[in-house]
Amino acid sequence: MSQGKTGPVVGQRTIGGYLLSLLAWVVGLLFFFPVFWMVLSGFKTEPDANGPPKMFFEPTTEQFSEVTSATSGLLSAGQAFANSFWAVSVSTIAVMILAIPAAYSLSIKPIGKWKDVLFFFISTKFLPIVAAILPLWIIAKELGWLNTRIVLMVLYTAMNLPLAIWMLRSFFAEVPKELIEAAQIDGAKLWGQITSVILPIVAPGIAATALLCVIFAWNEFFLAVQLSPSSGGATVPIWVTGNVTSRGNFLAKLSAASTLATLPVIIAGWLAQKRMIRGLAMGAIK
Amino acid sequence: MAEVRFEAASRIYPGSETPAVDELNLDIADGELLVLVGPSGSGKSTALRMLAGLEFIDKGSVYINDKDVTLSPPQDRDIAMVFQNYALYPQMTVASNMGFALKQAGVPKDERRKRVEEAARILDLEPYLDRKPKNLSGGQRQRVAMGRAIVRSPQVFLMDEPLSNLDAKLRVQTRTELADLQARLGVTTVYVTHDQVEAMTMGHRVAVLDHGKLQQVARPRDLYSKPMNRFVAGFIGSPAMNIIDVERHDGVLQLAGQPVPVEMSTADALASTDGSSFGLGVRPEHLALIGDGGSGIAGEVTVVEELGSEAFVHVATEHQGERLTLVVRDEGETSTQRGDNVQVGFNGPTHIFGPDGERVGS
Repeated sequence: MSQGKTGPVVGQRTIGGYLLSLLAWVVGLLFFFPVFWMVLSGFKTEPDANGPPKMFFEPTTEQFSEVTSATSGLLSAGQAFANSFWAVSVSTIAVMILAIPAAYSLSIKPIGKWKDVLFFFISTKFLPIVAAILPLWIIAKELGWLNTRIVLMVLYTAMNLPLAIWMLRSFFAEVPKELIEAAQIDGAKLWGQITSVILPIVAPGIAATALLCVIFAWNEFFLAVQLSPSSGGATVPIWVTGNVTSRGNFLAKLSAASTLATLPVIIAGWLAQKRMIRGLAMGAIK
Repeated sequence: MAEVRFEAASRIYPGSETPAVDELNLDIADGELLVLVGPSGSGKSTALRMLAGLEFIDKGSVYINDKDVTLSPPQDRDIAMVFQNYALYPQMTVASNMGFALKQAGVPKDERRKRVEEAARILDLEPYLDRKPKNLSGGQRQRVAMGRAIVRSPQVFLMDEPLSNLDAKLRVQTRTELADLQARLGVTTVYVTHDQVEAMTMGHRVAVLDHGKLQQVARPRDLYSKPMNRFVAGFIGSPAMNIIDVERHDGVLQLAGQPVPVEMSTADALASTDGSSFGLGVRPEHLALIGDGGSGIAGEVTVVEELGSEAFVHVATEHQGERLTLVVRDEGETSTQRGDNVQVGFNGPTHIFGPDGERVGS
């Protein structure tokens, strides 16, 4: 950075800067390590995966073919992925349809007492889900929704909605007020203001929010295992745990299944990132 | 083309006792460029936003072409506005930015393109029509904001400090272009600025606001030569008018022991005004340095500001037992220096303001 300048302050800063970069890398790698180890173990044989860590091993796709091939009586991979796909995508779309107007009315045209409303939205998140599971189970049973995708679609929507409203509200609040005023003066009605001006500007925020909703819903286990454990509605996390057996080694198989389970999330992340990189409202004002 | 009329229009922000704009009465003629000028917090932007429909009008009414628009939303007023920070749609190209209003109005695509290209030609924006705002310079963005306004041929242009984000040189240049463009298009324009030089150079008439109240509305030269109160006198003109509290002794106003020359009519008006304390205003060019031996106000030069064609000399003197600095215009390349002992004499009209701050006469 400031080369050519000398003095203790600059020197200290540079050393501090190096240390911080190093720390960032160490923490980053620490976070990535379990993922790395999981992928690696997926390509090992069971004895290799369960034995002492080896530097070199012969990679095999044996575990992948084993976990994806349907076993009679058990939940098939295809069934689990299909259930997850529907539960996650329907709930995420529903969250967005509900959260975008909510965020608009909490930021751009704030309703009265909007801070209280915002708090009420997040307040359900304080509730321990364990406490709610029995009533939820009874309601689902009465409605005939046990072991269906519908129960998860509804609950994942409810689960992600508060977070989505909070996130989107802060993105909407970043939209320069003058842009909306300019659109009003240019003759745009409410719908035109939202679709032509506001949504394109908050698109990165919408992408980021949708991604989080997808991740949370994709990895959700507790509700799925309680309300929808059998093949009619069982999701990928349930299928992953299906590879845990009480007899024999299963670490490599579990790793392979987990690796497959993360793939859709990685694809969703990659898609969202392309939108997120573009800055908010660049060049709008000044 | 339209006339604009404010009738006792007030805006009181929620939670505030004093109105941001207080009973504004203003008639703007068709094709006129009216400048609203005032210090920050004077209510000039609020007044403009009331006309735009972006600000609720608590009392009174606003008319465009004799149509009461007090309660109309901005969409229905057929106005165009240029914002201080331009407010260009970041995701749209220059052409789409300029054509957005036409698109909302349902103008067919061919016609839209024709009108955008026409506006782009007027503003020298043709090479940039496919660019996004982030790839433009500040001056180009300003022109796009202008283009977005003129493309619609609206009834009224509203401009909220449109030049304040440009650098000094570009600002002066754009100021001239803008005044010329407005004259050519002949569209009624309301222009807000805090810069009194911009107001004086651009406005057909200038309305001076302070604390939400209209102080005076007049042609620039009348505003300069006949300010109706102390605020306008001090606000208009650069460097500012010398304004001094003076007292009446034996029926004559005195500045640093010297009698202040006033017209006969003013002397008569003064005679019928109670109180002994008045405001004296005198512009720097209406004071002069007179050589030694002259009988003026004696003082010492503290600062000499050389501007090339002219110089402003600050002279420290004593008035009513306190130190007083007078700013005096002198010719360029003056030989006057800091520390010189000089005499200051009156060389033109004075402005006398009564105890209430209102103009008494010259």
